[in-house]
Amino acid sequence: MMSEKILTRNFGRIDSHTLTAYLETGGYAAWQRAQAMEPAAITEEVKQSNLRGLGGAGFPTGTKWSFIPKNHAGPVYLVINADEGEPGTFKDRYLLEREPHALIEGMLIAARAIRSATGFVYIRGEYVEPWRKFSAAVREAYDAGYLGKGFDVVVHRGAGAYICGEETGLISSLEGKKGWPKVKPPFPAIKGAFGMPTIVNNVETICHVPHIVNRGAAWFAALGTKTQGGTRIFSVSGRVRKPGIYEASVAITLRQLIDELAGGVAGNGRLKAVVPGGSSAPILRSDEIDVTMDVDGLRNAGTMAGSAGVIVMDETVSIPEALMVVARFYAHESCGQCTPCRESTGWIYKMCHRIVEGHGRKDDLDKILDVAKRGAGTTICAFYDGAVGPYISYIEKFRAEFEALIPK
Amino acid sequence: MTAPATSAFSAEQLTDVRRLQALYPDPRGALLPVLHMAQDTFGHLSLEVEEYVAGLFNLSPAHVHEVVTFYTLFFREARGRHVVAVCHNLSCHLAGAPAIVAHLKQRLGIDVGETTADGTITLQSVECLCACEHAPMMQVDDRYEIGLTPEKVDRILEGLG
Repeated sequence: MMSEKILTRNFGRIDSHTLTAYLETGGYAAWQRAQAMEPAAITEEVKQSNLRGLGGAGFPTGTKWSFIPKNHAGPVYLVINADEGEPGTFKDRYLLEREPHALIEGMLIAARAIRSATGFVYIRGEYVEPWRKFSAAVREAYDAGYLGKGFDVVVHRGAGAYICGEETGLISSLEGKKGWPKVKPPFPAIKGAFGMPTIVNNVETICHVPHIVNRGAAWFAALGTKTQGGTRIFSVSGRVRKPGIYEASVAITLRQLIDELAGGVAGNGRLKAVVPGGSSAPILRSDEIDVTMDVDGLRNAGTMAGSAGVIVMDETVSIPEALMVVARFYAHESCGQCTPCRESTGWIYKMCHRIVEGHGRKDDLDKILDVAKRGAGTTICAFYDGAVGPYISYIEKFRAEFEALIPK
Repeated sequence: MTAPATSAFSAEQLTDVRRLQALYPDPRGALLPVLHMAQDTFGHLSLEVEEYVAGLFNLSPAHVHEVVTFYTLFFREARGRHVVAVCHNLSCHLAGAPAIVAHLKQRLGIDVGETTADGTITLQSVECLCACEHAPMMQVDDRYEIGLTPEKVDRILEGLG
C-alpha cells in the first residue's frame, strides 16, 4: 500500500497523455458523476477527504474552496499553479506531460464546486514540452465537448520567475504585470485575478479530485494520516541510487522513501542530511528521518512537507557549500518588493560565499542567524520565510562544519 | 539575430494578438504571451519592440519595460542562435554542475552570460529547471538535455548549427 499508484497509474503507457488512453482507464467518469452533484456537495466531499494543497503550503483544499463568497454575482476564476520551480521538485512536469486529462477533469469538477466558468493554467515558461502536451490535451477536450460548454480553459505561459509560484505573485503575472506578490487580506478567494474571487490550486492537488469523486472521501482519507488524506508524488533527487518520482501514501516515512523506494543512499552510502520538501524546507539530519511525510508529521519535526521535493545528501557533501548554492537561489529570485527580503537574501549569499571561499569572518554565522530570525514574518509573502528555513537549519545543525572553514 | 529596422507584426500575427487579448477578462493578461511572440519574431525585446508592444495594449512603454526586465526568459539584447542554460541549483550541483559549466566555458571560450563571437551560442547558468532526477542537466532552446557528462555536452554542441 505504501506505494499505491493513483495519479501515476497510467505512467507506464506511452500514450497516457491522450484522451483515448484516459477514457480507457475510466477518465471523465468522475465529471459525469459530479454534474449530478450540487456544488456545495462537491466541496464537502473534498473537505471530508482531507486533501491538502500539494504545491507547498498544505492548506485544506475543500476549506479553500468554501471561502468563495456565496453571494458573489460576477465571475469566479479557477487558476492552476503549474509554475513548478521549488528546487528539488519535478512532479507536476510528469503530470502535465503524462496525465493532462486528469488535470482537465479535476478542473471541470473544481470549477463546478466554486461556480467558475473560466480556468487559467499558468505553466512556467521553461516547461515548453509540458506546455505543448497539456495544450494538445486541452484541444482534445474541446473537440470531445468536455470543455467549451460552460467552462473554458486558457493555457498561459510564464516567463521565468520563481516568485510567480507564490499565488498572489502568479496572479500579478497573469494580469500582465511583473510577478510581485500582493498584500493579504484581501485573500484571492475574495479578490483575486482581475479583481474577482479566485481559487489558486496546484496541478497535483487538482489531479486528485476526480479520484476523490469516483472513489469517495472516506477511501481517500484512509490512504493517508488523520489530518491529510491520500497519496502524493515525491520527487527524490541528490545522492540516492534511484532518483525519480515515487507516488506513495503521505504516511510513508522519510526513511522508507529513501531506502525502500529510491534505492538507498548513493555517494559513500552513508546519509548526512535530507531536505524533505523542496529547498525552502528546513534540513533534517540523518537521525531525524523516522518521520511521516504528511504536512503535520513534518511540521512536528520542525520542517515542512512543502512540495515533497526530497534532496538527499551523503556524508561527502559539504553543508556550507550546499547552503551557498541555496542562498544564491534566494538572492537571485527575491522579487525585490520588500526590503528585509531583498537586502538579506543578497547579503546572506555574499557571507555564505566568503565562508566557503575561506574568507569568512568570526561573527558571520551569528550575523546570518540574527538577520534571518529578525526578518522572518516581516514581508508580504512567504518567500523570505522559505529562505530563512535553510539559513537557520543548515547553520544550527551543522555549525561545526561552517566554523571549520572560518579562519581563526 | 538582429531586429528588422521597423518592428511590427504581420496582419496574421495581429489577428493572433487580438485573439489572445480576448481570452482574458482584461486584455493586458495577454502581455506575457504577446511578449513571447514578439521575442520569437524579432529575436529579442529591444526598447523599440517594447514600445511597439505597449502600443498594442494601450500601456505605457515603462510598464512593458518593467515586465520585460522582471523575467529571465526575456532577452533585451541579441542572443545567440541557441541558448544553453545549465542548471546550477542544489541537485545539479551535487551531481557535478560546476564541472559542466566549467567545461562549457572552456569549450566555447566564453563566460556565463556571454555569446560566442560567431553568434551561435549564448551560455547561461540558471536556477532549478525541475528535472533534478536527471541531474546534471541543461536546457538548450526548447529542449531539456539530461544526465550530462562532458562527452555528452560535446556531442550536443556539435549538433548546434
